[in-house]
Amino acid sequence: MPSYHIVVCGSLVPDPLQTLEPISTPTGPALKNEMMLPAMLDPWAGHALFEAANLAKQHPGSKVWLVALGPKAKLQQVLMTIAQKVPFELVALDGPASGFAESAEVAAALAGAINGITGLDKTRLLLFGGWESASRGTGTTMQMVGEHLGIVDQFQGVDQLTVRSDGSFDILERVEGGKHQVSACAGAPALLGWATGNLPEPANNPQVGMLNMRTAMPALQRAKPIKVTNDGVAFAGVSLPRQRRDTRIVKDLTPDAVAREIVEWITRD
Amino acid sequence: METILFLAPTEADGTLSQNALETLGAAKALTAELAGSSLIAGLVGATIQPAANQIAGCGATRCLGVAGTELAQSRYSTDAAAAEALAQAAGATLILAPAGSRWNRALPGVAQRLGGRVDTHVTALAAADGKPAITRWYYRQRMEGTLTRTTRPWIVLLESGCAPAWSGDAGRATVENIPVALPPLRTSVTGLKAPPADEQTIRPDAKLLFVAGAGWTKKQADGLAHAAEAEQLILGFLKTAQASLGSTKSLVDLSGEGQAVLKFMTHLNQVGQTGSTPRHPKGLATCCHGEEPHTVGWRFIGERRAINLNAGCSWAQGKADVLYVADAFAVMREVNRLLAARPS
Repeated sequence: MPSYHIVVCGSLVPDPLQTLEPISTPTGPALKNEMMLPAMLDPWAGHALFEAANLAKQHPGSKVWLVALGPKAKLQQVLMTIAQKVPFELVALDGPASGFAESAEVAAALAGAINGITGLDKTRLLLFGGWESASRGTGTTMQMVGEHLGIVDQFQGVDQLTVRSDGSFDILERVEGGKHQVSACAGAPALLGWATGNLPEPANNPQVGMLNMRTAMPALQRAKPIKVTNDGVAFAGVSLPRQRRDTRIVKDLTPDAVAREIVEWITRD
Repeated sequence: METILFLAPTEADGTLSQNALETLGAAKALTAELAGSSLIAGLVGATIQPAANQIAGCGATRCLGVAGTELAQSRYSTDAAAAEALAQAAGATLILAPAGSRWNRALPGVAQRLGGRVDTHVTALAAADGKPAITRWYYRQRMEGTLTRTTRPWIVLLESGCAPAWSGDAGRATVENIPVALPPLRTSVTGLKAPPADEQTIRPDAKLLFVAGAGWTKKQADGLAHAAEAEQLILGFLKTAQASLGSTKSLVDLSGEGQAVLKFMTHLNQVGQTGSTPRHPKGLATCCHGEEPHTVGWRFIGERRAINLNAGCSWAQGKADVLYVADAFAVMREVNRLLAARPS
């Protein structure tokens, strides 16, 4: 049975229940009170992490690293919530987690950190991440990290990975129309940008949390500072869309009358 | 002055998709707006001549192609190699491509190989002060930004429905075949997995998006939940109206937790923050509740109506054009009856 070195790239995003407001700064757009907003692990990166831990559990000898770029203080805050979920070793980079940070620069930083992982066997490498972030939402960073590392077997929008006994695997990727493309890959190294996957969020396990924090706190302390310059990009503006529509509230119609109105509406060209 | 490469994969029959034609329309318009710019077409696929003929009248100065059986499959390694070769052969400074799972997967890596930059999910493209500028959304469709870049080549993936499709006379185009050294193939596409046609609930081309919320699974006026009837009503409506089905996160999460809910609902149906933001002319939300972040799934829906028992529902207030305060079970029962009674 194969064993893997699984590196998960994931950063933090503002809690989706927070109201976000863009502001202009001398270095480009940013979020108002960004450092004050509660943060969480990016949802799709979270799915990737949980899938990685599940895969490592099924393949003894495997190991999971989480490579995260974000403001050190915020990373520590997010770790408090995810460290109890699954075992991993943290590789922290101290820099922006902004949705306006240039993905090419982020990818270069992540690839540099991965190349610096002691003992990483790239022949057994599975590079995981979310297929998009909930901040920049471009779905471009992972491919660039893969290019930096020379990985050309790449999959995006992955919902399922099934490993065969010979180390090859089948992958389901989301494609248009609610379908999945099924691919067979010869084996590691490969890159998988995860969509939702199939796993529920693991329950908190304090023992896992203690184990993770033993290595996470030193990793945070030695987090390498990363500067993202966004060279070559100029924002003309970032704004909130017009949210309000003049909603007509219909309270006094019977269900049958509502149905007639809806049918008339949906069948009208 | 830009050298604009319109870069598209061909369909199984060798022609171009609607989204590719929309991107070509945008590329042609931008070429006209940027003085001194030229347009080159680049095609990738198992067969490309039909596509080249299809757009023979588009005004491209050259038509480049990479064709081969390996390119029939949507696969990162071969797609990236082909796109890289075409970009280099064209000497492109700006590469416009249709968004879709195939190019979204491959082109960001191509940007890295070319030393360029890439922007995906672009919803508008125009010339501003003689420079190309794009518009895209950030933080899951919660804010919209317009930007321009000086780095070249710049790859732009345009979303569907954002530009008029190019239409023009077909002809006989001459394709310059560009040689490509493909890497050793370690991945093969073995097929597509989809629900049976009569169980398919996601229809990107549907005129109507029907969004179901967790309210369908809650206790009704009689104190009981009616999940089975909810399934029947929703599936019946989707079938007769040929609508596409979306869901709130709370409802698909319930399904994932194995609760007795709507069995056909999966994460693929989810719209909003961590789901999709589909594009349909009309949307009907039923039994949906949620604060502003969840309504991002509505962002690209034209006309919006909602059925909800709560007149103050934050999903609908200010987001829908019409909010019907009514029992969705009763309404949809009658809607289905009326639709079934219509002459086909």
